[in-house]
Amino acid sequence: MADTGIGAPVRRKEDFRFLTGRGSYTDDINRHGQTYAYILRSPYAFAKIKKIDTSKAKRAPGVVIVLTGADYAADGKGGIPCGWQIHSKDGSPMIEPPHPPLVADMVRHVGDQVALVIAETKAQARDAAELIEVVYEEMKPIVDTASAAKPGAPQVWPQAKDNTCYDWHLGDKAATDAAFAKAAHVTKLDLVNQRLIANAMEPRAAIAEYDRATGNYTLFTTSQNPHVIRLLMGAFVLQIPESKLRVVAPDVGGGFGSKIFHYAEEAILTWAAGKVGRPIKWTADRSESFTSDAQGRDHVSHAELAMDKDGKFLGLRVSTVANMGAYLSTFAPCVPTYLYGTLLAGVYATPAIYVEVRAVFTNTVPVDAYRGAGRPEATYLLERLVEKAAREMKMDRAELRRKNFIPRDGFPYQTPVALQYDSGDYHSTLDIALKNSDWAGFEKRRAEAKGRGMLRGIGISTYLEACGIAPSAVVGSLGARAGLYETANVRVHPTGSVTVFTGTHSHGQGHETTFAQIVSSTLGITMENIEVVHGDTNKIPFGMGTYGSRSLAVGGSALVKALDKIVTKAKRIAAHLMEASVADIEFKDGVFKVAGTDKTLPFGQVALTAYVPHNYPITELEPGLEETSFYDPLNFTYPGGCHICEVEIDPETGVTKLINFTACDDVGRVINPMIVEGQVHGGLAQGIGQALFERAVYDNASGQLLSGSYMDYCMPRADDLCSFTVSTHNTMCTHNPLGSKGVGEVGAIGSPPAVINAVLDALLPLGVSDITMPASPHRVWQAIQAAKPAKAAE
Amino acid sequence: MPTVSMTVNGKAATGNVEGRTLLVQFLRDQLELTGTHIGCDTSQCGACVVHVDGKSVKSCTLLAVQANGAKVTTIEGLARNGDLHPMQAAFKEHHGLQCGYCTPGMVMSAVDLASRNSDPSEQDVREWLEGNICRCTGYHNIVKAVQAGARAMRR
Repeated sequence: MADTGIGAPVRRKEDFRFLTGRGSYTDDINRHGQTYAYILRSPYAFAKIKKIDTSKAKRAPGVVIVLTGADYAADGKGGIPCGWQIHSKDGSPMIEPPHPPLVADMVRHVGDQVALVIAETKAQARDAAELIEVVYEEMKPIVDTASAAKPGAPQVWPQAKDNTCYDWHLGDKAATDAAFAKAAHVTKLDLVNQRLIANAMEPRAAIAEYDRATGNYTLFTTSQNPHVIRLLMGAFVLQIPESKLRVVAPDVGGGFGSKIFHYAEEAILTWAAGKVGRPIKWTADRSESFTSDAQGRDHVSHAELAMDKDGKFLGLRVSTVANMGAYLSTFAPCVPTYLYGTLLAGVYATPAIYVEVRAVFTNTVPVDAYRGAGRPEATYLLERLVEKAAREMKMDRAELRRKNFIPRDGFPYQTPVALQYDSGDYHSTLDIALKNSDWAGFEKRRAEAKGRGMLRGIGISTYLEACGIAPSAVVGSLGARAGLYETANVRVHPTGSVTVFTGTHSHGQGHETTFAQIVSSTLGITMENIEVVHGDTNKIPFGMGTYGSRSLAVGGSALVKALDKIVTKAKRIAAHLMEASVADIEFKDGVFKVAGTDKTLPFGQVALTAYVPHNYPITELEPGLEETSFYDPLNFTYPGGCHICEVEIDPETGVTKLINFTACDDVGRVINPMIVEGQVHGGLAQGIGQALFERAVYDNASGQLLSGSYMDYCMPRADDLCSFTVSTHNTMCTHNPLGSKGVGEVGAIGSPPAVINAVLDALLPLGVSDITMPASPHRVWQAIQAAKPAKAAE
Repeated sequence: MPTVSMTVNGKAATGNVEGRTLLVQFLRDQLELTGTHIGCDTSQCGACVVHVDGKSVKSCTLLAVQANGAKVTTIEGLARNGDLHPMQAAFKEHHGLQCGYCTPGMVMSAVDLASRNSDPSEQDVREWLEGNICRCTGYHNIVKAVQAGARAMRR
């Protein structure tokens, strides 16, 4: 069994269907009598709707119904709720404006939903939408993060003065001020963490239907967490009881956070399905995704690090403005607070930290979690700052980090920003990455590149993240309006095969394989006899879904707990059959054995007995073999590690070429090393994408999204990247039964500062000391040109 | 509406389409071959790559009427008798896919590369796949899979 158990690089069970075109993504599903929806969206960033005339559209060929925000409001349906409430410094709750899924009087970003057209074909719906006449009164928008709270800025919401959603802080201000007062050196840095767009390759889609005979609604949707959608949409938006609403997230083509949230389209389609009585399908065009999928990051920060004369960190002070966009998306408020401020200790034993975050509304698409969510922003800030500090202190970059690491024997470690780390070994991950990247041989490579007229640079990032989200009581005390446990149901069938129903959702992560490996390891049955089911609220007891690298640490732990219950019950059945005491029953490799004897029973026979209980302890034990567990984690998990990037820049063109990328990550217990490596690769590509290529650009004057297609938004391509050198050095999570920490986000969290530190290392000889992401050829070239006069004057 | 006829995965296929109907829409909506995906609307992502007369093309960039009379192969036509094509098998072996959405286009594109270059270097593969976007894998394992698949196709 060792070849399919925990730790084996098992090839994925799900691959056959994906490789042969037999996957079932939402847009691949067609329902009997299906109609098609097209959503008319606002072309303006900020405008009053003076008039909507849908009469021509209603008469267009094939049109079934045309609905507007006025219709939605008239039906008394609710707005999209926000799942997290942050309180400001003064104790007041955040400003939480209404979030109507179809707007009636005002549009607040390009892409806001104005009208819904349902027709017999998609083309007819689109054609009819062109006939809707909307009279807008345009207003001056605000899109820029840094200026949103400044006097005179256009006000997105009248109730949000200075466009401020909240003004939050964390940490001990007095202790931090005191640390700065005694500092020998203070390093200061201004940073932009630019807005990104998740761009899962499958555009969002949904099919809603209503069965008049039963009163049941079904929604197929591209979601990372169907139960959360059922709860939010059913209870808060449309008032449909859970028992009457089924949400299915079938095969989903990538999420990266953008498919966590409850979106307007899900609500208006389900609402309209009740009126139309026929299934309605909507599939986003990519351009539509660009203006309607929640976007990521978008911070502007100032940071200061206080050190003693030896480079020991004394205090960290951070001030950040975070852009929320026009409305509060599901988890938006927690991203720049409890997923950001709490991470500012990083891997360092900084004794005093104080962070202030002002969240602002702007006339842009809402911002929410995108792979890493808050933690990449914290890591980028910290690792840029530490690198700059090393330069200013004229200290070795690795050595300054080592000097300030939380030591190997320092765990559990209580940070000054709320988190308590359970385990880690930052010295080892740094040492391994230095060795694997041939850090020691770098200067030789730099010299060789210089001989070719090229600028070579190398950069480090030593990072930490908090994932395995999250202990319900903790997040509840911090403003979450949900619990963040996970569920697993294990159904052993009469002949000994097993179906696992998990509340997590796989949209690329390979749970159908890794979760089956856990079952295979525990019950000693083959992978072919294990099915993992996810993504259907009618099949799975409950679930909070997949995000925050939580599936294995939380969902996998629920599975372990459910399997424990299965084994416990099965042992009692085996003891009865073998006429032995339960205490004497051993279970290994799928066989029950009476200790010290040669009496054995295979797992399958015990399973059969559970369902054919002729010889069974029926007065003490129920028949059947099926167990459910709800697992609520005791703490976050804390993956960490070291990323090292090596680049070469052509000073004539500003083009940065990625030469090598080395990662050594600590992700806790690994179930499938092949999948772990794949997750790291993908995260690195997104982090490198942020550092070198990607940026959502809004025009300040008009509020138009200028980077609204793949012609304009630079997605990393195969020829932009290099092969990666990845490894793990794992310490076990101490508080969950698997010891796993999570791996989905580490690549995206650790890598951006490694890349930028490498770019700046390359540009250092030219006198360039700062650059803003993405370090595009244009920006690098400009930085080189701008530094020329100063360099010449030296 | 014009009538189009073509051979798709070895079988004759006929349908009435609007002039504006794209090949990918014809394949997905009328022939129910939903393995070919749509990931963008600007011919950038390559999720819709199929073979037309043996060459890889983006089926979102061809009108259905332009493929009239052509021989079209989609991802569904690659495996034979339930056995994966060597390129499909290489993607599985080397973990060259995660969410699976870009995968059909990647595989179809890679098969065309292998038919032109039976021993592509890493750089050859990376340059060839410039028109196929994957958001999950960072391309690392796709590159390995395509090289291995190309070698396997020689045998």
